[in-house]
Amino acid sequence: MDALILARWQFAITTVYHFFFVPLSIGLALIVAIMETIYVRTGNPLYKTMTKFWGKLLVINFAIGVATGIVQEFQFGMNWSDYSRFVGDIFGAPLAIEALMAFFLESTFLGLWLFGWEKLTKLQHLVSIWLLAIGSTISSFWILAANSFMHQPVGYVINNGRAEMESFSALLTNGHLWVQWPHTMFAAISTAAFFVLGISAYHLRRPLADEAKELFRRSFQIGTLIGIVSTLGVVLAGHAQSQYIIKVQPMKMAAAEALWESEDPAALSLFTVASEAEQRDLFAIKIPGMLSFLTFNRFEGEVRGIKDLQAESEATYGPGNYIPSVFLNYWSFRGMVGAGTLMLGLAAMALYMLARDKIQSPRMLALLVPALGLPYLANATGWIFTEMGRQPWIVYGVLRTEDAVSPTVSTGMVLITLIGFTLVYLVLMAATAYLMLKYATRVPGETATVHAG
Amino acid sequence: MDLNILWFILITVLFVGFFILEGFDYGVGILLPFLGKNDTERRVIINTIGPVWDGNEVWLLTAGGAIFAAFPHWYATLFSGFYMALFLLLLGLIVRAVAFEYRSKDENPRWRMVWDWAIFFGSAVPALLWGVAIANMVYGVKIDAEMNYVGTFFDLLNPYALLGGLASFTLFTLHGAVYLDLKTTDALRERAMKMTLRVGPVATVIVVAFIIATYFFTDAIEHLGVDPGFVPMASLLSLFGAAYFVNTKRLGWGFVMTSLNIGLSVITIFMLLFPRVLVSNLNPEWSLTIYNASSSPKTLTIMSFVALIFLPIVLGYQAWSYWVFRHRVSIKSELTY
Ligand code: HDD
Ligand code: HEM
Ligand code: HEM
Repeated sequence: MDALILARWQFAITTVYHFFFVPLSIGLALIVAIMETIYVRTGNPLYKTMTKFWGKLLVINFAIGVATGIVQEFQFGMNWSDYSRFVGDIFGAPLAIEALMAFFLESTFLGLWLFGWEKLTKLQHLVSIWLLAIGSTISSFWILAANSFMHQPVGYVINNGRAEMESFSALLTNGHLWVQWPHTMFAAISTAAFFVLGISAYHLRRPLADEAKELFRRSFQIGTLIGIVSTLGVVLAGHAQSQYIIKVQPMKMAAAEALWESEDPAALSLFTVASEAEQRDLFAIKIPGMLSFLTFNRFEGEVRGIKDLQAESEATYGPGNYIPSVFLNYWSFRGMVGAGTLMLGLAAMALYMLARDKIQSPRMLALLVPALGLPYLANATGWIFTEMGRQPWIVYGVLRTEDAVSPTVSTGMVLITLIGFTLVYLVLMAATAYLMLKYATRVPGETATVHAG
Repeated sequence: MDLNILWFILITVLFVGFFILEGFDYGVGILLPFLGKNDTERRVIINTIGPVWDGNEVWLLTAGGAIFAAFPHWYATLFSGFYMALFLLLLGLIVRAVAFEYRSKDENPRWRMVWDWAIFFGSAVPALLWGVAIANMVYGVKIDAEMNYVGTFFDLLNPYALLGGLASFTLFTLHGAVYLDLKTTDALRERAMKMTLRVGPVATVIVVAFIIATYFFTDAIEHLGVDPGFVPMASLLSLFGAAYFVNTKRLGWGFVMTSLNIGLSVITIFMLLFPRVLVSNLNPEWSLTIYNASSSPKTLTIMSFVALIFLPIVLGYQAWSYWVFRHRVSIKSELTY
């Protein structure tokens, strides 16, 4: 074990952990804002109860999102100091802008929203939740602008051994950002939609007082409409992103398809067991021509394979291993796409339930409860795919991960902090899960809210 | 004035904002277990900062981001160098952030007790470590020719730095106590007042000791980049001013004075540092300065526009939120959980 491996584990654990909460914060802030808007426009108190019910879950999730985010802000300096020196000129700017434009907005207006029910006018209160939702959207834009630079470095020159900004607008018009951001935003919104659907379905399966039943019926409606749109969005945006990535990071997609040799037309793998050492399939089921179709929208066209791309990289960057883990790429990509396909089916089913007035069907409702885990699976595998598929590069084609780690931080230190963070995360995760379950399964209006005393 | 200087000033401003605002949050968190005699009182104490603590903490996140953007080498050396200290600080901040929201969401007294102590430690540890870190920045640390920190964690725990830690710890506690004087009522307020009178003298003695130590143990005085003029004196005077106003029960002014004291102290320290940002005590040539640690003029220019537009906006809505929550919190208030 060396410091590099441990630092990578630490980064992977802390960011996956952060992103476990992020999508729900972004998406649910939007949904709660929509609910409160309906309340303010119609004056129907049912929507106020609804806003508070989902708002409570939003706040629990948001708190842990904030807590895990604090570590993110500093870990580039802690574990990746050579990276920070190398790209700070470009990479630091979006991070600082994110804090200035988004974090202040989110945190201040969350406080106002949470503590301001009695102190603000209805309109001010509504504006607060919208500013919270807008703040988290802005935040996702800037952080992904930084992340996109790592995948497709643009607008920079190398000076005195480090990357310097040449064009800020290139950073903002980076093609990678404009496929990544929509995909991530739709992913976040669909995460929240399935969250609302799943919990509503759980309640609708139980005997409920009329008012609570009505609340969850309408939540179910909102969840379905937002769910179908956002799931379609995430799948279509994902498709566009695949076509884009195959051009800018061909190795990542080749590894995701376990495509060893270049093919024309290329087949799409449905299930492959491969030997990475021997660079060949042991067992595979494939659809002929399908990969070419997905890539070029027609059944022909060459998709380059891992071996050719490795040779090309060696010619450009010198000898070395430029192949990321095929196993991880292949299965994480399938995890995400599989989850997305199921989600699309389930969102369509929910729509059918609404249209045909089958909202009480216990069997269909039962499917939707565990389905709230699907977007979590897709989010995690999506990021693992995106980031692991970029290896061995930390900034694609420019800086290698092994050259980015802090030179003076010892293995022992990384190990201590890795263990420390992980343990604290586990405890906090348990507390979050406990509270989420407690408040998600509680019927609104049944137990009076706790008051002073 | 060049952009490097502007950014040094902006980062100073961010730290001034951070320490004044988050300073009383830390103080309130430290005092929580000692002033709150029952569950409701502890909830009242937390609610005095409930709506604002997160916004206050973002001053730190912004300062961190600004250092990264404007002086990447400073960011890289500081955070990889002060690694273990930062780790402890982050653990404190994580559990504290969660504790504020989770504490009251379950009625079990053990649950609440655990989170109350999480708030205490999550406030006390950072309050102490910030002083240690800032003192080390002035004192100088082992930085080599490659701008890397080559000392150990224990090098950071030298007596001068520990004194700095005590100074920030007591100062924030005092600041928090005065804040509670302003924001609470009845029995709780009386206890907060008593606490203020007890912490005040201790904080004053330690801060004075720290100032004297700075004269003797650091080279800051010989290296003065700018003459701090009356600023250090004004900072000290504001501490005595705080004592005067607290004793005469003019607490609003007392709070202004502790805020001034914290703000002016931060300004003094940054003036002592200028134009350096991290002092190497291996070789003065190896110190990081606002020139050798900075980003390109291009990045600094863009960031300047962004900061000069958004900082006033942020100040505006944060001030508004303080206005909305300006009233005292009491056990009779409708307590939001
Ligand atoms: C696509 C969205 C996204 C991504 C990829 C990241 N974050 Fe994040 N982050 C958010 C979206 C977000 C958010 C929605 O704005 C959060 C999540 C929940 C929350 O409370 O705010 C947040 C919170 C949050 C906070 C706390 C803000 C506060 O106190 O209010 C910090 C400091 C960071 N993040 C920093 C980072 C860094 C340095 C990342 C890169 C590794 C990162 N985040 C990835
Ligand atoms: C929040 C969503 C994100 C998740 C879940 C995530 C996950 C991951 C994972 C799994 C790795 C691979 C770790 C490894 O190779 O062992 C990684 C690497 C990395 N990612 Fe991300 N990432 C996220 C967002 C970002 C963003 C937004 C940035 C930059 C702004 C970023 C910067 C990096 C860096 C610097 C590495 C290299 C370090 C390493 O290899 O571990 N990541 N990330
Ligand atoms: C079913 C069709 C889907 C396709 C074709 C698809 C495609 C992709 C591709 C190609 C990437 C990698 C982009 C890169 O390397 O930069 C990616 C990343 C990602 N995906 Fe998907 N995806 C799909 C579904 C989903 C779903 C349902 C979710 C979550 C609800 C999701 C969440 C993510 C996330 C969070 C990332 C990482 C961020 C990013 O790079 O955009 N994806 N997806």
